[in-house]
Amino acid sequence: MTDRPIEIKDLHVGYKTYRGTSKVLNGVHLTVDVGEKIGIIGESGCGKTTTMKTILQILPTNAVIQEGEVHFRSKDVLRMSKNELNELRRKHMAMIFQDPTAALNPVFKIETQLIDIIKSSEEYEGKKKEDFRAKCIRLLKEVALPDPERVLDSYPFQLSGGMRQRVCIAMALATPRYLLIADEPTTNLDVTIQDQVLLLIENIVEKRKLSVILISQALGAVKGFVDKVYVMYAGSTVEVAETKELFSNPLHPYARGLLESTPKLTGGGFSEGIKGRVPDYIDPPSGCRFHPRCNQVLSRCEKEKPPFIDIVRNHGVACWLYHKK
Amino acid sequence: MKMKTYIARRLGFALFSLIGLSILVFYLARVIPGDPVLMMVPPGTSPKVIEELRHTLGLDKPLYQQYLFWLEDVFRGDLGFSVYTQRSVTNDVLEYLPISLELVVLAALMEIVGSFLLGVLAGMHAYKWPDNLVRIVSYIGISVPAFVWAIIFQLIFALQLSLFPTGGLLDSQYMDIMRARRVTGFTSLDSLIAGRFDAFVNFVWHATLPALALCIGGMAQDARIIRAGMVENKEKEYIAMAKSQGLPQRLVMFKYLLKPSIIPAVTVMGMDIAAMLGNAFLVEKVFMWPGFSQHAIAAMLRSDLNTIVATVIVIGIIFAIVNIITDIMVAYLDPRIRLMEKGE
Repeated sequence: MTDRPIEIKDLHVGYKTYRGTSKVLNGVHLTVDVGEKIGIIGESGCGKTTTMKTILQILPTNAVIQEGEVHFRSKDVLRMSKNELNELRRKHMAMIFQDPTAALNPVFKIETQLIDIIKSSEEYEGKKKEDFRAKCIRLLKEVALPDPERVLDSYPFQLSGGMRQRVCIAMALATPRYLLIADEPTTNLDVTIQDQVLLLIENIVEKRKLSVILISQALGAVKGFVDKVYVMYAGSTVEVAETKELFSNPLHPYARGLLESTPKLTGGGFSEGIKGRVPDYIDPPSGCRFHPRCNQVLSRCEKEKPPFIDIVRNHGVACWLYHKK
Repeated sequence: MKMKTYIARRLGFALFSLIGLSILVFYLARVIPGDPVLMMVPPGTSPKVIEELRHTLGLDKPLYQQYLFWLEDVFRGDLGFSVYTQRSVTNDVLEYLPISLELVVLAALMEIVGSFLLGVLAGMHAYKWPDNLVRIVSYIGISVPAFVWAIIFQLIFALQLSLFPTGGLLDSQYMDIMRARRVTGFTSLDSLIAGRFDAFVNFVWHATLPALALCIGGMAQDARIIRAGMVENKEKEYIAMAKSQGLPQRLVMFKYLLKPSIIPAVTVMGMDIAAMLGNAFLVEKVFMWPGFSQHAIAAMLRSDLNTIVATVIVIGIIFAIVNIITDIMVAYLDPRIRLMEKGE
């Protein structure tokens, strides 16, 4: 029995399509301790969002969880009843989605959507409509939205992208939950407000002492904020280490490539990047899925999938290069 | 944009189309073969009498003048004289239209309730057996025309099973009572006004099969649209978001999923219902429903110009009214339409 908010072991999730099953997640490992701040990095389409949606059990209907375990405080999320699951979502976790425009219901006012969340989580007998509205205004002020009254009476399409994401953050904060999942919360926003929104999330996490999983393409943001970084490639966790360790001493060839591909202000010109792209999931490469793109490929990489092992304390990697014979 | 502006604009559009429609129909009615004056008089009437009659009726004037006179009369509530019934067309319309309208209203109610229930049932259980059943039944419902349904229902439920009457408005004993108690011309309303609940029930019993035949195609189509909307929107991020917040399943399904899913169906439903009065012709024929359409068909076969024009205009007006109501409902349901109409 542990209090660990999240422990994912060897998760495999696929999507049924007309061409066959798209095997997206191929062995994801992820652990979040109480109060821990986790970052997940990896290319688009590597299964980060699928992993998060598996935790909350909000996958699209064509998704199939093939194997693996997702534990919340030692309880298997994949075997929870509907009521247990809803309690988990209501009381313990909240997710901020990548695209706030898609995440807000287009035909309901912000007030309606926010109040429903508050109502479903709280005892609201004896409370009046004004109490809820007051609570909504407090929440919107907390996410630094100017003119909260007007925002509450607006429909999502009447707000800007940045305002919508702030509303989504307010929704995640509407009830006291302690794990916040932020799935690329700034990717769909204008560059000018990306930093503001990220800073807001950081402040709230610090203030409320939340555990957090931050998925981001912005390595700089991840670097300055999280305790531990997971690197994912094509549906697998390929490396995990404490932030400083990972950025100074990346082991997996993919992680190295990913870190080098970030343009540096001090460096000369553009970096090399990694050749190729994320593979097809219906017919993925055999063995290590990275081998067709890897510049240090070994003969066994094609045949066998490397197991995930700890190289030194708190620094794990799934790569045959580090496997002692 | 304010709701008032929106409604005003819809009304303007409707008025514009109605004027266009009236010009078109008036013109068509005057150019179809068959001289109405010759049809009024007994064979062998002298040409002089015929010319006089033509003059009295204003049929010797240029077409645009005839139209303007007619339009002036229309605004005074006078739709002209029917050469077929030898009465004012307004009288005929007031007598027959309510009987058709109450059939259409019943069919519309059935369509709304039925398509909603079937569509939501199928959408909630997508790709499972209730959905498959609804989808198959819908295909059949859409592909068979209303008058064929009328005949099928009559054969099965009236003739074979004797659950419903084969036709008519009321049983004969009620017919006499209601004729004496005519207030609005709507049998359903008049029976309630007269306090004859038994006559009201008798009316609904007679109206059930024709209304069902009239609405089944639209009902099937709307059910499919609601179902498709629910299935599609179920995968939307905002539903994942609502679920991730731990909202009760009922709330997610019947509020956050249902509202965006029924909006497209409301538009189609409105058009279906608006078109019902015109489509009711053959159904009324099958069930011997003494409504507007039977009267209008008879008028057409006899080149009764004023009745033809009045019929099309009345159907057009009702079409426009139902469409305006539909537009208002859609705007009420969908803030994106209400608040950011294109071209602002």
